[in-house]
Amino acid sequence: MLRQFHKIPGLIAGLLIVVLATSGAVLSVLPAVERAGVPTSASAEINVAELAGAVVDRYPGVEQIVRKPSGKIVVYYFRDDLPGADVIDPVTIDKVAEYSKSGFQRWMTNLHRSLFLDETGRALAGLGALAMLILSYSGLSLTAKRLGGWRKLTGRVRGNGTQRLHVETGRIAVAAFVLSAATAIYMSLANFGFIPDGLSAEPVFPRNVNGGVTMSVADIADLQAIPVADLRELTFPYADDPSDVFAITSATGSGYIDQSTGQMLSYLPNDTTRNVYEFIFMLHTGQGLWWLGLVLGLAAAIVPVMSITGTVIWWRARRAAPKIAHNALAKSADTIILVGSEGNSTWGFAKTLHDALNAQGFAVHTAPMNRLKPGYAKAERMFILAATYGDGAAPATANAFLKRLAESPSAPDYPVAVLGFGDRQFPKFCQFADDVNEALAQDGWETLLPMDRIDRQSAQEFARWGDDVGAAMGINLDLVHSPERAKTNTLELLDRQDFGAEVQAPTTIFSFAVPQARQSSLWTRLFARRLPKFKAGDLVGILPPGSDMPRFYSLASASSEGVLEICVRKHPGGLCSEFLHGLRTGDRIDAFIKPNPDFRPAKGRAPVILVGAGTGIGPLAGFIRANRKARPMHLYFGGRDPKSDYLYEGEIKSWLQDKRLHTANLAFSRITDAAYVQNRITADAVALRALLADGAQIMVCGGRDMARGVMEAIDAALAPTGLNAAVLKAEGRYLEDVY
Amino acid sequence: MKKIATALAIATALSLPAMVQAKPVTLTTQLKRYGGDGAYLALYLTDANGAYKGTLWMSGGKSKYYKHLSDWTRASGGNKADINGITGASVGAGKTLTVTVDLADALFDAGYNLHIDASVEDMRDSPSEVVVPLDSNNIGKSFKGRRYIKAFNFKK
Ligand SMILES: Cc1cc2nc3c(=O)[nH]c(=O)nc-3n(C[C@H](O)[C@H](O)[C@H](O)COP(=O)(O)OP(=O)(O)OC[C@H]3O[C@@H](n4cnc5c(N)ncnc54)[C@H](O)[C@@H]3O)c2cc1C
Ligand SMILES: Cc1cc2nc3c(=O)[nH]c(=O)nc-3n(C[C@H](O)[C@H](O)[C@H](O)COP(=O)(O)O)c2cc1C
Repeated sequence: MLRQFHKIPGLIAGLLIVVLATSGAVLSVLPAVERAGVPTSASAEINVAELAGAVVDRYPGVEQIVRKPSGKIVVYYFRDDLPGADVIDPVTIDKVAEYSKSGFQRWMTNLHRSLFLDETGRALAGLGALAMLILSYSGLSLTAKRLGGWRKLTGRVRGNGTQRLHVETGRIAVAAFVLSAATAIYMSLANFGFIPDGLSAEPVFPRNVNGGVTMSVADIADLQAIPVADLRELTFPYADDPSDVFAITSATGSGYIDQSTGQMLSYLPNDTTRNVYEFIFMLHTGQGLWWLGLVLGLAAAIVPVMSITGTVIWWRARRAAPKIAHNALAKSADTIILVGSEGNSTWGFAKTLHDALNAQGFAVHTAPMNRLKPGYAKAERMFILAATYGDGAAPATANAFLKRLAESPSAPDYPVAVLGFGDRQFPKFCQFADDVNEALAQDGWETLLPMDRIDRQSAQEFARWGDDVGAAMGINLDLVHSPERAKTNTLELLDRQDFGAEVQAPTTIFSFAVPQARQSSLWTRLFARRLPKFKAGDLVGILPPGSDMPRFYSLASASSEGVLEICVRKHPGGLCSEFLHGLRTGDRIDAFIKPNPDFRPAKGRAPVILVGAGTGIGPLAGFIRANRKARPMHLYFGGRDPKSDYLYEGEIKSWLQDKRLHTANLAFSRITDAAYVQNRITADAVALRALLADGAQIMVCGGRDMARGVMEAIDAALAPTGLNAAVLKAEGRYLEDVY
Repeated sequence: MKKIATALAIATALSLPAMVQAKPVTLTTQLKRYGGDGAYLALYLTDANGAYKGTLWMSGGKSKYYKHLSDWTRASGGNKADINGITGASVGAGKTLTVTVDLADALFDAGYNLHIDASVEDMRDSPSEVVVPLDSNNIGKSFKGRRYIKAFNFKK
């Protein structure tokens, strides 16, 4: 519902808002520019009578003196029957410049307020402002939901780059958006007469004037009482018309003054409606409040970014929502798949499962989790694919599931398998799936297989889960989920170093050549698809011959080093790892880069604790190698036997010497005095607590079991401090790259 | 170009003692390219004593800006009833406004003056931009305004 309130105005009014905001951003600069041109001489002490007296001397044909919101004083005059307007210095009365409003500013103003469509355009602009206000509110509410509640509104934003850009910029700029939009709506309503602006109220023009000899303007007491800073405009009487009067408008009101007696003949103080209007006008335009103008303008300049990223996010989510073909009816299906999804990606996995089972002759019914029925007549098994959103909360299509489950009759006689979709960087990894699993167990449901978890939409983990499902059902289930085939580059193997064969853990460090841009012609440099830039911690996707599903490997080098380095463990029967292990220098592979910006050491000099076992050391080695500034880095590395699989042995020793690495704690499991990394962590608890109190960050890379053990060891080590891994994760200080 | 024929009951408005004949008079106002937004224009008559007699035409639809037509506002008291039905859109820079009104013959050569007040957003107000005696020998002559009006004439 909330999402509709964001999506619909965003898509319909997007372009309109971009035009309004862009023109607004341009206009916003003008008050500051104009202010910069205002003479700086102190005009605070002089009053309007003094100013007017001095101006009359210098400009005998003066008609009007106007003070612009920027503080500029403009004198309108007639000289030799020709009208003129000068900006003057209010103290010296010297001419600073000729006054004219630029055609550009006028053009921009008209585009901004009426799109050159007069009243229709003004109405459209008003509606645009309304859409902006709705977008701001719905966007902020969605952000709160996304981050796990209003209190966490300032928390870390996760998601892909586009989402992060959208949410983070929006969160910063929303106050300015609201101010711009709300003031615009007010001005629009006032323009169409729906609310009073008090602008047309005028003092009564005096019927009778003294008609005597004109007195000097400098002697008029009422004008002496007005400081120049409060002047809006002073209009002089026509030279040849004794019945005419001075008309004065100040910040507080307007009135007419007799030119021979200097008496205020009629005066109308500004009423509240007018003061309110003028204040709001100032807030919106920044005229008279140049710095606010700049702030609002800056925010307005961001609007196109919001619009584009918003559209991209919408488009991706839309594309990710697949059409499920051959969806059996709930009452006739033997297999039920329920999907809990927010960003739609889980639907893609559900479709892969649906299609694979369908192809094997099952009658499959796939529906959102919120559509859980009290009973499914023919069902023999149920799958629940549940993502997690917010801070461990239910995603959009599953937010009513637990309630519906509680209202359902007792557990059915068919089993269920829960698969959680989540992201390990969140403190509550797959929390909602855990909750669902728990509720089902409480309810007495049988399980087809234990709950499993998929990290960051990993097609590989899904395929492995598919193997398990197949085994449980006694069929051969091949779940190849490839959301989109990435565009690959060809890389050539430069070098390989083999380890671990003696301890049944064959592991190899591969170095591939990164095609260098400078060797290529201009044409290829511009148009050929090159490998994008990457850093240690990013991923490379490799397509083994004979498979459409890329396997990912964590990068141990940065593109600037000119090589792409990965550390690969050979899995018996593993398609990709065996393919890689069979490569010889000069052989080629197809690969692409998948950025993994969450898995990077934070900026700054806080200590970094690196924990990895086996191939997990790859990206960690990359971080250490890049640590030229010798920030404190502490490595925990686990292997089987230092004689066989001590990866990066030589380099670790030299890094310790040149201080890129402060300490190296090694644990080997197949030697006397066997230990795992988690044992080393437990032993170092005191030192680790001190490092973490110092703002240290923990980065863990490697297999799932190791990662679980490390987290338990960290939690135990931190127990006396009240800190734990979940808290650190929420702060972005506990990062995992686990496979 | 705007061509607006107005059946103006100016006789009533001006409360002439005897209305003999009224003929259509075409008022043509050509604006300079003053480089601004559309101008508000008030066309109105004063008698030999300078007393306001009635409005012939108002260009510009937003009454809150009428105060910038200051001579007209003073003269007419800003009475909106006076311009009911004879109001049109503001006139863009460089454009020409043409209005046709029925004016009693008796108004000519009787000391009446035709005034035009002009006002442009963010630019200097120009009350009585043009003041032309309603004399027969002024018919067809071109008059310049002070600020915004390049040429004004009236023709029977
Ligand atoms: C984000 C990410 C980063 C990764 N980084 C690295 C890395 O730096 N170095 C590295 O060596 N590998 C890494 N992997 C694992 C790698 O992508 C492959 O899963 C692994 O090489 C096996 O692929 P395969 O084609 O050889 O096996 P497949 O043909 O896909 O599978 C063959 C058999 O191996 C089993 N298997 C597959 N993967 C695993 C696993 N991870 N643990 C246990 N059994 C498994 C399968 O169940 C199956 O029985 C990473 C995975 C991910 C998702
Ligand atoms: C705003 C947001 C909050 C999330 N919160 C969690 C979380 O608390 N725990 C978790 O394991 N995953 C979390 N995730 C990750 C998603 O569950 C995961 O990316 C999932 O694959 C998305 O599936 P969907 O596209 O079908 O919604 C979150 C993702 C987003 C965008």
